[in-house]
Amino acid sequence: MIQVKDLHKDFGEKKVLRGITADFRDGICNLIIGQSGAGKTVLMSCIIGLFRPTSGQILFDGRDMISMKRKEWKLLHREVGMLFQGSALFDSMTVLENVRFPLDMFSAMNEKERNERAMYCLERVNLADAGMKYPGEISGGMQKRAAIARAISLNPKYLFCDEPNSGLDPKTSLVIDELIHSITHEFNMTTIINTHDMNSVMGIGENIVFIAGGEKAWQGSKDEIMGSTNERLNSFIFASDLFKKIKNEELKGLQNT
Amino acid sequence: MIIQKSLTQFGEYLQLMGKTFQRPERMRMFMRQYTKEMKDLGVGSIGIVLLISFFIGAVICIQMKVNVASPWMPRFTTGYTTREILLLEFSSSIMCLILAGKVGSNIASELGTMRVTQQIDALEIMGVNPASFLVLPKILGLITIVPCLVIFSYGMGMLGAFATSLMGIITADDLVYGFLHDFNQWYVWMGIIKSVFFAFIISSVSSYFGYNVKGGSLNVGKASTNAVVSSSVLILFADIFLTKLLS
Repeated sequence: MIQVKDLHKDFGEKKVLRGITADFRDGICNLIIGQSGAGKTVLMSCIIGLFRPTSGQILFDGRDMISMKRKEWKLLHREVGMLFQGSALFDSMTVLENVRFPLDMFSAMNEKERNERAMYCLERVNLADAGMKYPGEISGGMQKRAAIARAISLNPKYLFCDEPNSGLDPKTSLVIDELIHSITHEFNMTTIINTHDMNSVMGIGENIVFIAGGEKAWQGSKDEIMGSTNERLNSFIFASDLFKKIKNEELKGLQNT
Repeated sequence: MIIQKSLTQFGEYLQLMGKTFQRPERMRMFMRQYTKEMKDLGVGSIGIVLLISFFIGAVICIQMKVNVASPWMPRFTTGYTTREILLLEFSSSIMCLILAGKVGSNIASELGTMRVTQQIDALEIMGVNPASFLVLPKILGLITIVPCLVIFSYGMGMLGAFATSLMGIITADDLVYGFLHDFNQWYVWMGIIKSVFFAFIISSVSSYFGYNVKGGSLNVGKASTNAVVSSSVLILFADIFLTKLLS
């Protein structure tokens, strides 16, 4: 479990995070949602250690990341997998080499075992045939899947996904969502996904943290989100006509019953 | 304002070097990167070094023959001055200025692209020290290979000069006599020592500009230009100090 306690982050005079407290639970998909500029990317960057928070605590199964020494921080990061918005695959390496990279760096496996593990991860994301291709030779969706394979190669306890569906068509987005969801449950990982894609929210949002103006404005599951009375959340979710219609249909259904 | 910016950049450069010169996480991976960088940065530059050295060697020889040689000067003067120019300045300093353009922009744009596409962030999140993993092999690779390029440049420059004898500009005997006349072995070492410093300047300064890119592809281009300009200027300054120190 990852716990964030009273997290603040300032950039000069600008207060981006204002005392966020939230729990991200094991074995489920935890989503951080919010409008652009709400602070969700900064929150995730603080949790994974790319930004140092101004104050507050970030606990990885009780271990406070902020007060950790560099060596402990490095060891913790071997338990972390990350899927970046732009995949961030290494251009100079093939897909197989990309997936094998964390194993080459940190595992005690021999070469045969490393190759087998990398191939297993590629097979798990249905990319076994693309191992010898370079990232520039495969599609955006395949790059995302390759990045997921790289993220899970060291069997991490924590998986972070930053806008996993950005730049993908709706069908490929669903494939990526389902993949992240199934991997999370299969390996009992603590998965945190940063998104503003409502299809993802309704599909895999088992624990949703809504950020607005640098504060946690709401927390709940996808089953609770439609019935929420939180104004800021509703104005975010029901910004699209489609979701307004769904909400109205649900209300009509409730009135009829 | 300019002084403050320069000091800030110098501080960031020192910080990067501090992170760079740390023990690599996995020596096997480091050696793989090191040999790759030697191949990409050094071996990939052999062609241009040989080509330029051959023609500049020939041109220096012709210019010396046309402008310096006179009935009052010994006939070996052309060969002698050509050798001295090649050993003392061309093959080390001027060749490294050319390499600053080719290799410097390559390093800055590669690291800059890795920065804007979050590949460096990915390394950091995996627990890898990106500076040590990416920058150290480039610095050590270039420091290893540039002295070899300088030696190739010496040889090819002399060959270029020798080619002019085939054109009848100077006799081969006079040229060879000039090449061998009053030969000081230290000049060869001086060029090699200077090239090691220049290789460090090219690789570390270009890495600094590439590693610290902020923004998008436009900034990668700017970083690449800044890397070449700064490396070239620093090579020129370093050349003065090293020449004074080693002469």
